[in-house]
Amino acid sequence: MGTPKAAPVQGWRRAGGSVMRRFAPLLGLLVVSAILSFLSPYFLTFDNLINVFRQSSVNALLALGQLLVIITAGIDLSVGSILGLSCVLVAMMLKAGVPWPVCIAAGVCAGTALGMINGLLLTKLRLPHPFIPTLGMMNVARGLAFVISGGFPISELPDGFRFWGAGTIAYIPVPVILVVAVYGLFHVFLTRTTLGRDVYAIGGNKQASLFSGIPVDRRLTMVYAISGGLAALGAVVLAGRLNSGFPLAGDGAELDAIAAVIIGGASFFGGVGTVWGTLIGALIMGVLRNGLTLLNVSPNWQKVVIGVVIVAAVWIDVLRQRTSTKRRLVRK
Amino acid sequence: MTNITKSFSGVTVLDDVSFEVRRGEVHALIGENGAGKSTLMKIVTGLYEADSGKIFWKGDPVEIKTPHQAHDLGINIVHQELMLVPQLSIGENVFLGRHPVGNGLSRWVRWGDINQRAKSLLEGLGHPLDPKRPVGELSIAEQQLVEIARALAFSAELIIMDEPTSPLSEHETARLFQTISQLKARCVSVVYISHRLKEIHQVADRVTVLRDGRHIATRPISETTTDDLVRYMVGREIGEQHSANTSQCDGEEALRVEGLTYPGKFTDISFSVRRGEIVGLAGLVGAGRTELVETLFGAGEIESGAVYLEGQPVTIETPIDAVKHRLALVADDRKAKGLVLGGSVRFNVALAAPKKFARYGMFLNSVREKEVAKALARELHLKTPSIEQQVMYLSGGGQQKVVLAKWLSADSKVFILDEPTRGIDVGSKAEIYDLIRRLAARGVAVLFVSSELEEILNLADRILVMHRGRITGELAREDATDELIMKLATGGSVH
Repeated sequence: MGTPKAAPVQGWRRAGGSVMRRFAPLLGLLVVSAILSFLSPYFLTFDNLINVFRQSSVNALLALGQLLVIITAGIDLSVGSILGLSCVLVAMMLKAGVPWPVCIAAGVCAGTALGMINGLLLTKLRLPHPFIPTLGMMNVARGLAFVISGGFPISELPDGFRFWGAGTIAYIPVPVILVVAVYGLFHVFLTRTTLGRDVYAIGGNKQASLFSGIPVDRRLTMVYAISGGLAALGAVVLAGRLNSGFPLAGDGAELDAIAAVIIGGASFFGGVGTVWGTLIGALIMGVLRNGLTLLNVSPNWQKVVIGVVIVAAVWIDVLRQRTSTKRRLVRK
Repeated sequence: MTNITKSFSGVTVLDDVSFEVRRGEVHALIGENGAGKSTLMKIVTGLYEADSGKIFWKGDPVEIKTPHQAHDLGINIVHQELMLVPQLSIGENVFLGRHPVGNGLSRWVRWGDINQRAKSLLEGLGHPLDPKRPVGELSIAEQQLVEIARALAFSAELIIMDEPTSPLSEHETARLFQTISQLKARCVSVVYISHRLKEIHQVADRVTVLRDGRHIATRPISETTTDDLVRYMVGREIGEQHSANTSQCDGEEALRVEGLTYPGKFTDISFSVRRGEIVGLAGLVGAGRTELVETLFGAGEIESGAVYLEGQPVTIETPIDAVKHRLALVADDRKAKGLVLGGSVRFNVALAAPKKFARYGMFLNSVREKEVAKALARELHLKTPSIEQQVMYLSGGGQQKVVLAKWLSADSKVFILDEPTRGIDVGSKAEIYDLIRRLAARGVAVLFVSSELEEILNLADRILVMHRGRITGELAREDATDELIMKLATGGSVH
């Protein structure tokens, strides 16, 4: 028997034996944190940990959308650029005097619409792989961000808006609260609703889902729309925190998002992945960045470390799956 | 002596089979699906190794352990699914993997040489094709020719053709037969695997029949009739009685199909199924049955024709429509089309009926899911440690039961089953037959496709037979016999 294509599954399965798999990313996070707190006395302080959470929040939002897409065995390369375009859009509206709640709503709607276009291109034009429409959108959205902003950052945003990126409630940064809330919502969505069930089914076996009467095209479009919407929410947080909307915002962020999802235990083959795993994936990346910065490691070397961690995380997962499959076969 | 003899014993799929091909002979190999034809040929071409038995080539014992060794000996196979690279030219395909190259420093591919030799090979077969054309542009018949030319370029002395005419038109079939006679003239031997008995009489010199992995007969074709061959293939006596079934078939019409056509797959199909009736759809692999039932289920495009459910015309453009109309399809390939293998039994059981398991229209009702999954698992005698078990770890029979459970939980009214017992152990088979009967007794309309005659004769109240995309006959249970079905399925006429 060769390597099984479908991986053992999280999210819809609670049977024993998957405990290790479910907690592996968490274990990884704890190990990395332990090492860093040993190397840097400042790491394990309240202020720094809050900082890590805040810095991870934008990536966490993008990764959540990416998670849905990856569960359907897809990929969304456009989230970084959608973030950039929404960021500029919202900032320009704010500067034009539009009330901030309207701006946020409009930004999120724009992101959702762009994501929906990804989904429609994929399902209506029957493009061969989501790589194609989202690669196109990645360029289009980034280009438009520069076109409408003229290439300049738009700074000095109103306080009401900045609250969403830079504010705190009882020492807890608002973006962190936002992330926890959105993650909770999507946990329920994925594990407790029929729509979430369909997302896993499509990723697990698209043809069987189709033959079971699941509206596969509609669900895929929904998933890409959600991914776009969450990218725009990330834009709100980022612009608020930096007090600026700039066209280069979120450059390369799609790759960080994909990395967080994969470190969090989702499978590129689809059908596998959890909300909490992804959150931990995003935190592992945040903790690494933060810790390495504290240790005065240059950003260039940080990239090297992150790259190694991505490959190592997936490799460990492959090893674990191989042993658990063997064990099952032996038991049979 | 230029004989190939091979025999095995102890293998379940092939039991002590001997088979011999003479030089320059066209030897037909026939048998029902699963009789062991393909396995035998895979052993000859080095894809499988025999457990026991010997292969002789030109009188000498040889060992063929890899396809490469088979090529070196001069044994080639033209597969049912052609193995060509569509983007490459005819010439490149003919010499794929062994382009003639220069010596020493000039190890460049010699295009002139390749094209010249490919051209002369094709001309020798009576088909002058431009060797520079990409294979993807060619018709299936022409592609077959390229495969044959390829075999000759490997200096083949034995060419195995697996169902070569199933994708061909009648005119193309005639041309293929011309090519085969030219091969004969060159003293190349041909093993010709086919389900079409008429063709065998046209093209073969001798015929060997396999059944259930056993060698049944080898005869010169001139001494056999189609009836003889059918009897050898089926292996039972005429007029054998099958267990009488007393299901109610006087229900109302559930499904009616009129003039359904999908160009190249099936033509002008009309039939109906009543509530509580089991209709068997017999025929050989490639007759268009799977295409027909999947199209009915909305997975293919209908060019013309109409579908009625309970007398009302319906449009089924996608499987989503089909499921809404309470149609169920147990597809031929349960792993690809029926199940999410990584999902649990419970997950799969709920797959086709999201509304049934939803609270407030969208939230999963896992209590209900568990109840239904447990009840169905019990009803179908599903052997699984728990309903949370991933279906990839169930047996073939267990997986098929989960597919059935999926449609049972969706309360489907018309069940379409495509080879529901393929690759399933005997025990589960019997249970699935039982379930089909119970479904009919509950008033469900059942249309079921099977290549196993026994199964069809046992279960069906009425039998439709398909051959090359058309319904060639309809038989009542009382009139149906193995031979009659086989005859209709192989394109013979009923007298």
